[in-house]
Amino acid sequence: MVTSSHPQIQPILSSKDANIYYGNFLAVRDVTIDIPKNSITAFIGPSGCGKSTVLRCFNRLNDLIKTFKMRGRMNYHGQDLYSPEIDPVAVRRQIGMVFQKPNPFPKSIYDNIAFGPRLVNYKGDMDELVERSLRGSALWDEVKDKLNESGLALSGGQQQRLCIARAIAMQPDVILMDEPCSALDPISTLKVEDLLQELKEKYTIVIVTHNMQQASRASDYTAFFNVEQTDRGRTGHIVEYDRTEVIFQNPQQQATQSYVSGRFG
Amino acid sequence: MNSTPFPTPEDSSNQGLINRLKRQPSSPRTLFNTVMTVIVFVCAAIAIVPLVAVLWYVLEKGGSRLSLELFTQLPPPPNALGGGFGNAFIGTLMTVGIGSAIAIPCGILAAIFLSEFAAGTRLANWIGFLTNVLSGVPSIVVGVFAYSMVVLTMGGFSAIAGGFALAVLMLPIIVRTATESLALVPQEARQAAVGLGATRFQTVARVVLPAALPPILTGVMLAVARASGETAPLIFTALFNNFWPKGVSEPIATLSVLVYNFATTPYKNQQELAAAGSLILVLMVTIASIGSRLIVKRK
Repeated sequence: MVTSSHPQIQPILSSKDANIYYGNFLAVRDVTIDIPKNSITAFIGPSGCGKSTVLRCFNRLNDLIKTFKMRGRMNYHGQDLYSPEIDPVAVRRQIGMVFQKPNPFPKSIYDNIAFGPRLVNYKGDMDELVERSLRGSALWDEVKDKLNESGLALSGGQQQRLCIARAIAMQPDVILMDEPCSALDPISTLKVEDLLQELKEKYTIVIVTHNMQQASRASDYTAFFNVEQTDRGRTGHIVEYDRTEVIFQNPQQQATQSYVSGRFG
Repeated sequence: MNSTPFPTPEDSSNQGLINRLKRQPSSPRTLFNTVMTVIVFVCAAIAIVPLVAVLWYVLEKGGSRLSLELFTQLPPPPNALGGGFGNAFIGTLMTVGIGSAIAIPCGILAAIFLSEFAAGTRLANWIGFLTNVLSGVPSIVVGVFAYSMVVLTMGGFSAIAGGFALAVLMLPIIVRTATESLALVPQEARQAAVGLGATRFQTVARVVLPAALPPILTGVMLAVARASGETAPLIFTALFNNFWPKGVSEPIATLSVLVYNFATTPYKNQQELAAAGSLILVLMVTIASIGSRLIVKRK
Protein backbone atom coordinates (compact mmCIF):
# COMPACT_ATOMS: atom_id res chain seq x y z
CA MET A 1 0.00 0.00 0.00
CA VAL A 2 3.02 2.29 -0.23
CA THR A 3 2.64 4.99 -2.81
CA SER A 4 5.70 6.93 -3.76
CA SER A 5 7.86 8.28 -6.53
CA HIS A 6 5.04 10.52 -7.72
CA PRO A 7 6.97 13.65 -8.66
CA GLN A 8 8.08 13.22 -12.24
CA ILE A 9 11.04 15.57 -11.96
CA GLN A 10 14.63 14.40 -12.00
CA PRO A 11 15.38 13.32 -8.42
CA ILE A 12 18.50 14.52 -6.65
CA LEU A 13 18.16 12.06 -3.78
CA SER A 14 16.37 8.81 -4.14
CA SER A 15 15.95 5.82 -1.95
CA LYS A 16 14.75 2.39 -3.03
CA ASP A 17 13.54 -0.36 -0.66
CA ALA A 18 15.76 0.89 2.13
CA ASN A 19 15.49 -0.92 5.45
CA ILE A 20 17.18 0.76 8.39
CA TYR A 21 18.25 -1.25 11.42
CA TYR A 22 19.69 -0.45 14.81
CA GLY A 23 21.23 -3.78 15.76
CA ASN A 24 18.56 -6.34 15.02
CA PHE A 25 15.75 -3.85 15.42
CA LEU A 26 14.13 -2.75 12.18
CA ALA A 27 13.57 0.99 12.68
CA VAL A 28 12.21 1.94 9.26
CA ARG A 29 11.22 -0.37 6.43
CA ASP A 30 10.76 -0.13 2.69
CA VAL A 31 11.77 3.48 2.22
CA THR A 32 11.25 4.32 -1.42
CA ILE A 33 11.24 8.01 -2.18
CA ASP A 34 12.51 10.43 -4.83
CA ILE A 35 13.44 13.93 -3.70
CA PRO A 36 13.21 16.44 -6.59
CA LYS A 37 15.85 19.10 -7.14
CA ASN A 38 15.26 22.70 -6.02
CA SER A 39 12.21 21.86 -4.00
CA ILE A 40 11.24 21.59 -0.38
CA THR A 41 10.23 18.15 0.74
CA ALA A 42 8.66 17.75 4.18
CA PHE A 43 8.67 14.59 6.27
CA ILE A 44 5.70 14.49 8.65
CA GLY A 45 4.36 11.83 10.96
CA PRO A 46 3.98 10.86 14.62
CA SER A 47 6.97 10.54 16.95
CA GLY A 48 9.10 7.45 16.46
CA CYS A 49 8.06 6.93 12.85
CA GLY A 50 11.60 7.25 11.54
CA LYS A 51 11.47 10.65 9.82
CA SER A 52 14.74 11.82 11.34
CA THR A 53 16.33 8.42 10.90
CA VAL A 54 15.68 8.49 7.15
CA LEU A 55 16.82 12.11 6.93
CA ARG A 56 20.12 11.29 8.63
CA CYS A 57 20.70 8.41 6.23
CA PHE A 58 20.89 10.84 3.34
CA ASN A 59 24.12 12.41 4.59
CA ARG A 60 25.39 9.31 6.37
CA LEU A 61 25.18 10.90 9.79
CA ASN A 62 23.80 7.62 11.13
CA ASP A 63 27.22 6.10 10.50
CA LEU A 64 28.16 7.57 13.87
CA ILE A 65 25.80 5.10 15.55
CA LYS A 66 27.70 1.85 15.92
CA THR A 67 24.69 -0.48 15.61
CA PHE A 68 23.29 1.29 12.52
CA LYS A 69 22.79 -0.77 9.36
CA MET A 70 21.13 0.14 6.07
CA ARG A 71 19.97 -2.39 3.50
CA GLY A 72 18.71 -1.19 0.15
CA ARG A 73 19.77 1.79 -1.91
CA MET A 74 20.15 5.47 -1.22
CA ASN A 75 21.23 7.39 -4.30
CA TYR A 76 22.51 10.90 -4.81
CA HIS A 77 22.50 11.96 -8.48
CA GLY A 78 22.22 8.26 -9.23
CA GLN A 79 25.33 7.33 -7.22
CA ASP A 80 24.86 4.84 -4.39
CA LEU A 81 25.72 6.76 -1.22
CA TYR A 82 26.52 3.57 0.67
CA SER A 83 28.90 2.10 -1.85
CA PRO A 84 32.28 1.30 -0.25
CA GLU A 85 34.07 3.78 -2.52
CA ILE A 86 32.08 6.69 -1.09
CA ASP A 87 33.69 8.75 1.69
CA PRO A 88 30.99 9.72 4.21
CA VAL A 89 32.93 12.88 5.12
CA ALA A 90 32.73 14.05 1.50
CA VAL A 91 29.01 13.22 1.41
CA ARG A 92 28.38 15.48 4.41
CA ARG A 93 30.17 18.32 2.64
CA GLN A 94 27.71 18.09 -0.27
CA ILE A 95 24.63 17.36 1.81
CA GLY A 96 24.50 19.74 4.76
CA MET A 97 22.52 19.40 7.95
CA VAL A 98 20.66 21.75 10.28
CA PHE A 99 19.76 20.22 13.61
CA GLN A 100 16.70 20.41 15.82
CA LYS A 101 18.44 22.29 18.59
CA PRO A 102 20.47 25.28 17.38
CA ASN A 103 24.07 24.19 17.95
CA PRO A 104 26.51 26.99 17.16
CA PHE A 105 30.09 26.31 18.14
CA PRO A 106 31.33 28.20 21.21
CA LYS A 107 33.20 30.49 18.82
CA SER A 108 32.59 33.89 17.27
CA ILE A 109 29.84 34.34 14.67
CA TYR A 110 32.52 34.77 12.01
CA ASP A 111 34.37 31.62 13.05
CA ASN A 112 31.14 29.64 13.12
CA ILE A 113 30.57 30.43 9.44
CA ALA A 114 34.22 30.04 8.49
CA PHE A 115 34.50 26.68 10.25
CA GLY A 116 33.31 24.54 7.35
CA PRO A 117 35.21 26.36 4.59
CA ARG A 118 38.39 26.18 6.69
CA LEU A 119 37.98 22.40 6.93
CA VAL A 120 38.46 22.20 3.19
CA ASN A 121 41.11 24.97 3.08
CA TYR A 122 38.82 27.36 1.23
CA LYS A 123 41.07 29.59 -0.90
CA GLY A 124 38.60 32.37 -1.76
CA ASP A 125 37.78 35.56 0.12
CA MET A 126 36.59 34.36 3.52
CA ASP A 127 35.09 37.73 4.53
CA GLU A 128 33.03 37.74 1.38
CA LEU A 129 31.88 34.14 1.92
CA VAL A 130 30.89 34.88 5.53
CA GLU A 131 28.86 37.91 4.43
CA ARG A 132 27.22 36.02 1.57
CA SER A 133 26.30 33.11 3.85
CA LEU A 134 24.87 35.40 6.52
CA ARG A 135 22.91 37.32 3.90
CA GLY A 136 21.73 33.98 2.56
CA SER A 137 20.23 33.12 5.91
CA ALA A 138 18.77 36.63 6.41
CA LEU A 139 20.95 37.23 9.45
CA TRP A 140 23.51 39.69 8.06
CA ASP A 141 21.74 42.90 9.06
CA GLU A 142 21.31 41.69 12.63
CA VAL A 143 24.91 40.60 13.22
CA LYS A 144 27.10 42.59 10.81
CA ASP A 145 28.39 44.81 13.63
CA LYS A 146 29.19 41.99 16.03
CA LEU A 147 30.81 39.28 13.95
CA ASN A 148 33.42 38.76 16.67
CA GLU A 149 30.89 38.08 19.40
CA SER A 150 30.12 34.54 20.42
CA GLY A 151 27.51 32.70 18.39
CA LEU A 152 26.04 31.53 21.67
CA ALA A 153 25.14 35.13 22.59
CA LEU A 154 22.46 35.24 19.88
CA SER A 155 18.79 34.45 20.48
CA GLY A 156 17.49 30.97 19.65
CA GLY A 157 16.05 32.03 16.31
CA GLN A 158 19.22 33.86 15.35
CA GLN A 159 21.29 30.86 16.40
CA GLN A 160 19.27 28.61 14.12
CA ARG A 161 19.73 31.01 11.20
CA LEU A 162 23.44 31.08 12.07
CA CYS A 163 23.45 27.30 11.78
CA ILE A 164 21.71 27.59 8.41
CA ALA A 165 24.32 30.14 7.31
CA ARG A 166 27.02 27.78 8.51
CA ALA A 167 25.53 25.02 6.34
CA ILE A 168 25.23 27.37 3.34
CA ALA A 169 28.87 28.41 3.67
CA MET A 170 29.90 24.91 2.60
CA GLN A 171 28.05 25.60 -0.67
CA PRO A 172 26.21 22.31 -0.42
CA ASP A 173 23.80 20.82 -2.91
CA VAL A 174 21.19 19.67 -0.43
CA ILE A 175 20.32 20.95 3.04
CA LEU A 176 18.69 18.50 5.42
CA MET A 177 16.77 20.08 8.29
CA ASP A 178 15.75 18.06 11.32
CA GLU A 179 12.84 19.93 12.96
CA PRO A 180 14.72 23.22 12.65
CA CYS A 181 11.90 25.28 14.15
CA SER A 182 10.82 23.11 17.05
CA ALA A 183 12.89 25.13 19.52
CA LEU A 184 11.89 28.52 18.07
CA ASP A 185 9.12 31.01 18.81
CA PRO A 186 6.46 31.65 16.12
CA ILE A 187 8.12 34.81 14.75
CA SER A 188 11.51 33.15 14.38
CA THR A 189 9.74 30.18 12.83
CA LEU A 190 8.15 32.39 10.19
CA LYS A 191 11.52 33.95 9.41
CA VAL A 192 13.04 30.53 8.87
CA GLU A 193 10.11 29.49 6.70
CA ASP A 194 10.48 32.60 4.54
CA LEU A 195 14.13 31.79 4.29
CA LEU A 196 13.34 28.28 3.05
CA GLN A 197 11.50 29.74 0.05
CA GLU A 198 14.57 31.77 -0.89
CA LEU A 199 16.93 28.87 -0.30
CA LYS A 200 15.13 26.50 -2.62
CA GLU A 201 16.17 28.64 -5.58
CA LYS A 202 19.70 27.35 -5.06
CA TYR A 203 19.40 24.30 -2.89
CA THR A 204 17.27 21.24 -2.42
CA ILE A 205 15.75 21.11 1.03
CA VAL A 206 14.42 18.18 3.01
CA ILE A 207 12.79 19.15 6.26
CA VAL A 208 11.45 17.03 9.10
CA THR A 209 8.66 18.76 10.98
CA HIS A 210 6.10 18.03 13.64
CA ASN A 211 4.20 21.12 12.65
CA MET A 212 1.62 20.28 9.99
CA GLN A 213 0.87 23.91 9.22
CA GLN A 214 4.54 24.35 8.54
CA ALA A 215 4.57 21.42 6.15
CA SER A 216 1.48 22.68 4.32
CA ARG A 217 2.75 26.29 4.21
CA ALA A 218 6.35 25.75 3.36
CA SER A 219 6.82 22.54 1.41
CA ASP A 220 6.27 21.45 -2.19
CA TYR A 221 6.18 17.72 -1.46
CA THR A 222 5.20 15.90 1.66
CA ALA A 223 5.91 12.37 2.81
CA PHE A 224 3.68 11.04 5.56
CA PHE A 225 5.39 8.49 7.81
CA ASN A 226 3.61 6.22 10.21
CA VAL A 227 4.72 3.64 12.72
CA GLU A 228 3.29 0.22 13.46
CA GLN A 229 3.90 -2.32 16.17
CA THR A 230 5.41 -5.55 14.89
CA ASP A 231 6.82 -8.54 16.71
CA ARG A 232 10.26 -6.91 16.41
CA GLY A 233 9.33 -3.54 17.86
CA ARG A 234 7.96 -0.32 16.43
CA THR A 235 8.82 0.03 12.77
CA GLY A 236 8.24 3.15 10.73
CA HIS A 237 7.40 3.36 7.05
CA ILE A 238 6.23 5.85 4.45
CA VAL A 239 2.46 5.75 4.06
CA GLU A 240 2.05 8.28 1.32
CA TYR A 241 4.23 10.67 -0.62
CA ASP A 242 2.89 13.27 -3.00
CA ARG A 243 2.61 16.95 -3.75
CA THR A 244 1.88 18.79 -0.51
CA GLU A 245 -1.57 19.98 -1.60
CA VAL A 246 -2.58 16.41 -2.46
CA ILE A 247 -1.42 15.12 0.91
CA PHE A 248 -3.32 17.80 2.77
CA GLN A 249 -6.43 18.10 0.64
CA ASN A 250 -6.94 14.83 -1.13
CA PRO A 251 -4.85 12.09 0.45
CA GLN A 252 -5.26 8.61 -0.96
CA GLN A 253 -4.71 6.79 2.32
CA GLN A 254 -7.08 6.73 5.26
CA ALA A 255 -4.19 7.02 7.75
CA THR A 256 -2.93 10.17 6.01
CA GLN A 257 -6.39 11.64 6.06
CA SER A 258 -6.72 10.97 9.80
CA TYR A 259 -3.29 12.43 10.56
CA VAL A 260 -3.53 15.64 8.55
CA SER A 261 -7.02 16.32 9.87
CA GLY A 262 -5.68 15.97 13.41
CA ARG A 263 -7.56 12.80 14.37
CA PHE A 264 -4.39 11.12 15.69
CA GLY A 265 -0.69 11.71 16.12
CA MET B 1 -21.48 38.40 51.84
CA ASN B 2 -18.67 37.29 49.58
CA SER B 3 -18.69 38.69 46.11
CA THR B 4 -16.16 36.15 44.93
CA PRO B 5 -16.58 32.40 44.95
CA PHE B 6 -13.17 32.02 46.62
CA PRO B 7 -12.88 31.43 50.37
CA THR B 8 -11.39 34.34 52.35
CA PRO B 9 -9.19 34.20 55.47
CA GLU B 10 -12.19 35.12 57.59
CA ASP B 11 -13.76 31.83 56.71
CA SER B 12 -13.45 29.84 59.93
CA SER B 13 -13.32 26.63 57.93
CA ASN B 14 -9.95 27.76 56.54
CA GLN B 15 -8.41 28.74 59.88
CA GLY B 16 -6.82 25.32 60.39
CA LEU B 17 -5.26 25.55 56.94
CA ILE B 18 -3.88 29.04 57.65
CA ASN B 19 -2.44 27.94 61.00
CA ARG B 20 -0.45 25.26 59.26
CA LEU B 21 1.42 27.94 57.33
CA LYS B 22 2.66 29.72 60.47
CA ARG B 23 6.21 29.33 61.82
CA GLN B 24 6.60 26.79 64.63
CA PRO B 25 10.04 27.43 66.22
CA SER B 26 9.74 24.68 68.80
CA SER B 27 8.55 21.88 66.55
CA PRO B 28 10.89 18.85 66.31
CA ARG B 29 11.31 19.44 62.61
CA THR B 30 12.53 23.02 63.08
CA LEU B 31 14.84 22.02 65.94
CA PHE B 32 16.34 19.19 63.92
CA ASN B 33 16.90 21.60 61.05
CA THR B 34 18.72 24.06 63.31
CA VAL B 35 20.90 21.39 64.92
CA MET B 36 21.91 19.94 61.55
CA THR B 37 22.74 23.38 60.19
CA VAL B 38 25.02 24.04 63.17
CA ILE B 39 26.74 20.66 62.77
CA VAL B 40 27.38 21.32 59.08
CA PHE B 41 28.96 24.69 59.82
CA VAL B 42 31.12 23.25 62.62
CA CYS B 43 32.37 20.46 60.32
CA ALA B 44 33.16 22.96 57.59
CA ALA B 45 35.16 25.01 60.09
CA ILE B 46 37.04 21.90 61.27
CA ALA B 47 37.90 21.09 57.66
CA ILE B 48 39.46 24.51 57.19
CA VAL B 49 41.53 24.35 60.41
CA PRO B 50 44.39 22.19 59.03
CA LEU B 51 44.68 24.39 55.95
CA VAL B 52 44.92 27.58 57.98
CA ALA B 53 47.21 25.93 60.52
CA VAL B 54 49.64 24.71 57.85
CA LEU B 55 49.75 28.10 56.17
CA TRP B 56 50.26 29.80 59.52
CA TYR B 57 53.00 27.41 60.61
CA VAL B 58 54.90 27.69 57.34
CA LEU B 59 54.59 31.48 57.26
CA GLU B 60 55.70 31.85 60.87
CA LYS B 61 58.70 29.51 60.58
CA GLY B 62 59.83 30.36 57.08
CA GLY B 63 58.56 33.87 56.52
CA SER B 64 61.50 35.46 58.32
CA ARG B 65 64.01 33.86 55.92
CA LEU B 66 62.14 34.96 52.82
CA SER B 67 64.59 36.92 50.64
CA LEU B 68 66.20 36.92 47.23
CA GLU B 69 69.22 35.15 48.76
CA LEU B 70 67.18 31.96 48.94
CA PHE B 71 67.14 31.76 45.17
CA THR B 72 70.69 32.90 44.44
CA GLN B 73 72.75 30.93 46.95
CA LEU B 74 73.60 27.30 47.59
CA PRO B 75 72.73 25.48 50.83
CA PRO B 76 75.34 26.27 53.50
CA PRO B 77 77.45 23.62 55.27
CA PRO B 78 76.45 22.71 58.85
CA ASN B 79 77.07 25.45 61.42
CA ALA B 80 77.54 28.11 58.73
CA LEU B 81 75.09 31.01 58.55
CA GLY B 82 72.99 32.34 55.66
CA GLY B 83 72.79 30.52 52.35
CA GLY B 84 69.81 29.56 50.24
CA PHE B 85 68.46 26.81 48.05
CA GLY B 86 68.69 28.21 44.53
CA ASN B 87 69.83 24.83 43.23
CA ALA B 88 66.85 23.05 44.78
CA PHE B 89 64.42 25.61 43.39
CA ILE B 90 65.81 25.15 39.89
CA GLY B 91 65.87 21.39 40.47
CA THR B 92 62.18 21.36 41.35
CA LEU B 93 61.39 23.36 38.21
CA MET B 94 63.51 20.94 36.16
CA THR B 95 62.08 17.68 37.52
CA VAL B 96 58.50 18.98 37.38
CA GLY B 97 59.23 20.34 33.89
CA ILE B 98 60.51 16.96 32.70
CA GLY B 99 57.54 15.24 34.32
CA SER B 100 55.11 17.68 32.68
CA ALA B 101 56.78 17.32 29.29
CA ILE B 102 56.10 13.58 29.47
CA ALA B 103 52.77 13.47 31.29
CA ILE B 104 50.82 16.39 29.78
CA PRO B 105 50.94 15.34 26.10
CA CYS B 106 50.63 11.63 26.95
CA GLY B 107 47.77 12.25 29.35
CA ILE B 108 45.75 14.53 27.08
CA LEU B 109 46.21 12.29 24.05
CA ALA B 110 45.24 9.25 26.12
CA ALA B 111 42.13 11.09 27.30
CA ILE B 112 41.23 11.97 23.71
CA PHE B 113 41.57 8.31 22.79
CA LEU B 114 39.43 7.21 25.73
CA SER B 115 36.66 9.74 25.25
CA GLU B 116 36.57 10.36 21.48
CA PHE B 117 37.81 7.24 19.77
CA ALA B 118 37.25 4.29 22.06
CA ALA B 119 34.41 5.49 24.29
CA GLY B 120 32.35 2.59 25.61
CA THR B 121 34.68 -0.12 24.31
CA ARG B 122 36.10 -2.77 26.59
CA LEU B 123 39.61 -1.48 25.94
CA ALA B 124 38.66 2.02 27.07
CA ASN B 125 36.98 0.70 30.20
CA TRP B 126 40.10 -1.28 31.07
CA ILE B 127 42.42 1.64 30.49
CA GLY B 128 40.15 3.88 32.56
CA PHE B 129 40.13 1.31 35.36
CA LEU B 130 43.90 0.86 35.27
CA THR B 131 44.35 4.64 35.34
CA ASN B 132 42.33 4.77 38.52
CA VAL B 133 44.46 2.01 40.00
CA LEU B 134 47.61 3.91 39.02
CA SER B 135 46.36 7.03 40.77
CA GLY B 136 46.03 4.99 43.95
CA VAL B 137 49.58 3.57 43.85
CA PRO B 138 51.62 5.05 46.75
CA SER B 139 54.22 7.52 45.54
CA ILE B 140 57.03 5.57 47.22
CA VAL B 141 56.16 2.58 45.03
CA VAL B 142 56.31 4.81 41.97
CA GLY B 143 59.75 5.88 43.18
CA VAL B 144 60.94 2.28 43.42
CA PHE B 145 59.55 1.67 39.93
CA ALA B 146 61.39 4.68 38.49
CA TYR B 147 64.52 3.60 40.34
CA SER B 148 64.55 0.20 38.69
CA MET B 149 63.37 1.49 35.30
CA VAL B 150 65.57 4.57 34.90
CA VAL B 151 68.21 4.81 37.63
CA LEU B 152 69.46 1.27 37.23
CA THR B 153 69.42 1.34 33.43
CA MET B 154 71.01 4.79 33.17
CA GLY B 155 73.55 3.89 35.83
CA GLY B 156 72.89 6.72 38.27
CA PHE B 157 70.51 9.13 39.94
CA SER B 158 69.37 11.95 37.71
CA ALA B 159 66.85 14.70 37.06
CA ILE B 160 65.46 12.53 34.25
CA ALA B 161 64.74 9.68 36.68
CA GLY B 162 63.03 12.14 39.05
CA GLY B 163 61.02 13.64 36.22
CA PHE B 164 60.00 10.17 35.06
CA ALA B 165 58.74 9.28 38.53
CA LEU B 166 56.77 12.54 38.71
CA ALA B 167 55.33 11.88 35.23
CA VAL B 168 53.99 8.51 36.42
CA LEU B 169 52.29 10.29 39.31
CA MET B 170 50.89 13.08 37.13
CA LEU B 171 49.63 10.85 34.34
CA PRO B 172 46.51 9.40 36.00
CA ILE B 173 45.41 12.82 37.29
CA ILE B 174 45.67 14.34 33.82
CA VAL B 175 44.05 11.39 32.06
CA ARG B 176 41.12 11.33 34.44
CA THR B 177 40.38 15.07 34.53
CA ALA B 178 40.88 15.43 30.77
CA THR B 179 38.59 12.47 30.02
CA GLU B 180 35.90 13.99 32.22
CA SER B 181 36.36 17.42 30.61
CA LEU B 182 36.03 15.98 27.11
CA ALA B 183 32.93 14.04 28.11
CA LEU B 184 31.32 17.32 29.21
CA VAL B 185 31.50 18.78 25.70
CA PRO B 186 27.93 18.55 24.38
CA GLN B 187 27.26 15.89 21.77
CA GLU B 188 25.59 18.58 19.64
CA ALA B 189 28.94 20.27 19.06
CA ARG B 190 30.41 17.05 17.67
CA GLN B 191 27.35 16.45 15.50
CA ALA B 192 27.51 19.99 14.14
CA ALA B 193 31.12 19.52 13.12
CA VAL B 194 30.55 16.08 11.60
CA GLY B 195 27.45 17.39 9.81
CA LEU B 196 29.61 20.04 8.16
CA GLY B 197 31.93 17.39 6.83
CA ALA B 198 34.64 17.47 9.47
CA THR B 199 36.77 14.35 9.81
CA ARG B 200 37.15 12.77 13.21
CA PHE B 201 40.50 14.46 13.74
CA GLN B 202 39.16 17.86 12.65
CA THR B 203 36.18 17.45 14.99
CA VAL B 204 38.45 16.73 17.95
CA ALA B 205 41.13 19.29 17.14
CA ARG B 206 38.91 22.22 16.14
CA VAL B 207 35.77 21.80 18.24
CA VAL B 208 36.01 19.33 21.10
CA LEU B 209 39.48 20.11 22.43
CA PRO B 210 39.11 23.94 22.40
CA ALA B 211 35.77 23.62 24.19
CA ALA B 212 37.25 21.36 26.87
CA LEU B 213 40.51 23.27 27.31
CA PRO B 214 39.72 25.26 30.51
CA PRO B 215 38.84 22.24 32.67
CA ILE B 216 41.72 20.27 31.13
CA LEU B 217 44.11 23.05 32.18
CA THR B 218 42.72 22.88 35.71
CA GLY B 219 43.52 19.18 35.82
CA VAL B 220 47.01 19.81 34.47
CA MET B 221 47.62 22.45 37.14
CA LEU B 222 46.40 20.04 39.79
CA ALA B 223 48.88 17.46 38.57
CA VAL B 224 51.74 19.98 38.46
CA ALA B 225 50.91 21.12 41.99
CA ARG B 226 50.84 17.54 43.22
CA ALA B 227 54.13 16.69 41.52
CA SER B 228 56.01 19.73 42.79
CA GLY B 229 55.39 18.68 46.38
CA GLU B 230 56.28 15.00 46.00
CA THR B 231 59.27 13.81 48.04
CA ALA B 232 59.23 10.04 48.30
CA PRO B 233 59.67 9.24 44.60
CA LEU B 234 62.49 11.81 44.30
CA ILE B 235 64.63 10.55 47.21
CA PHE B 236 65.92 7.57 45.25
CA THR B 237 65.58 8.90 41.72
CA ALA B 238 66.79 12.51 41.67
CA LEU B 239 68.59 12.04 45.02
CA PHE B 240 70.09 15.36 46.15
CA ASN B 241 72.97 17.63 45.24
CA ASN B 242 74.62 20.44 47.16
CA PHE B 243 75.71 22.25 44.02
CA TRP B 244 74.11 23.92 41.02
CA PRO B 245 72.61 21.49 38.51
CA LYS B 246 74.95 20.71 35.61
CA GLY B 247 72.52 18.75 33.46
CA VAL B 248 69.58 16.41 33.40
CA SER B 249 71.62 13.24 33.87
CA GLU B 250 73.17 14.30 37.20
CA PRO B 251 71.68 13.89 40.67
CA ILE B 252 69.76 17.06 41.38
CA ALA B 253 68.44 18.86 44.46
CA THR B 254 64.72 19.55 44.80
CA LEU B 255 62.82 21.67 47.30
CA SER B 256 60.83 18.78 48.73
CA VAL B 257 63.90 16.60 49.32
CA LEU B 258 65.73 19.64 50.76
CA VAL B 259 62.91 20.13 53.25
CA TYR B 260 63.06 16.43 54.11
CA ASN B 261 66.85 16.52 54.59
CA PHE B 262 67.10 19.80 56.47
CA ALA B 263 64.05 19.74 58.73
CA THR B 264 65.45 16.86 60.77
CA THR B 265 69.01 18.23 61.16
CA PRO B 266 70.03 19.66 64.55
CA TYR B 267 71.25 22.92 62.96
CA LYS B 268 69.01 25.96 63.37
CA ASN B 269 70.06 27.54 60.06
CA GLN B 270 69.18 24.37 58.13
CA GLN B 271 65.85 24.09 59.95
CA GLU B 272 65.01 27.65 58.96
CA LEU B 273 65.90 26.92 55.35
CA ALA B 274 63.62 23.87 55.45
CA ALA B 275 60.78 26.05 56.69
CA ALA B 276 61.47 28.64 53.99
CA GLY B 277 61.56 25.83 51.43
CA SER B 278 58.16 24.62 52.62
CA LEU B 279 56.81 28.14 52.29
CA ILE B 280 58.09 28.42 48.72
CA LEU B 281 56.55 25.04 47.86
CA VAL B 282 53.18 26.09 49.28
CA LEU B 283 53.41 29.40 47.40
CA MET B 284 54.24 27.61 44.14
CA VAL B 285 51.25 25.32 44.49
CA THR B 286 48.98 28.21 45.45
CA ILE B 287 50.11 30.35 42.53
CA ALA B 288 49.65 27.39 40.17
CA SER B 289 46.08 26.78 41.29
CA ILE B 290 45.15 30.48 41.28
CA GLY B 291 46.69 30.74 37.82
CA SER B 292 44.59 27.85 36.55
CA ARG B 293 41.46 29.43 38.02
CA LEU B 294 42.23 32.67 36.20
CA ILE B 295 42.73 30.85 32.91
CA VAL B 296 39.39 29.10 33.32
CA LYS B 297 37.59 32.32 34.22
CA ARG B 298 38.99 34.22 31.27
CA LYS B 299 37.73 31.63 28.77
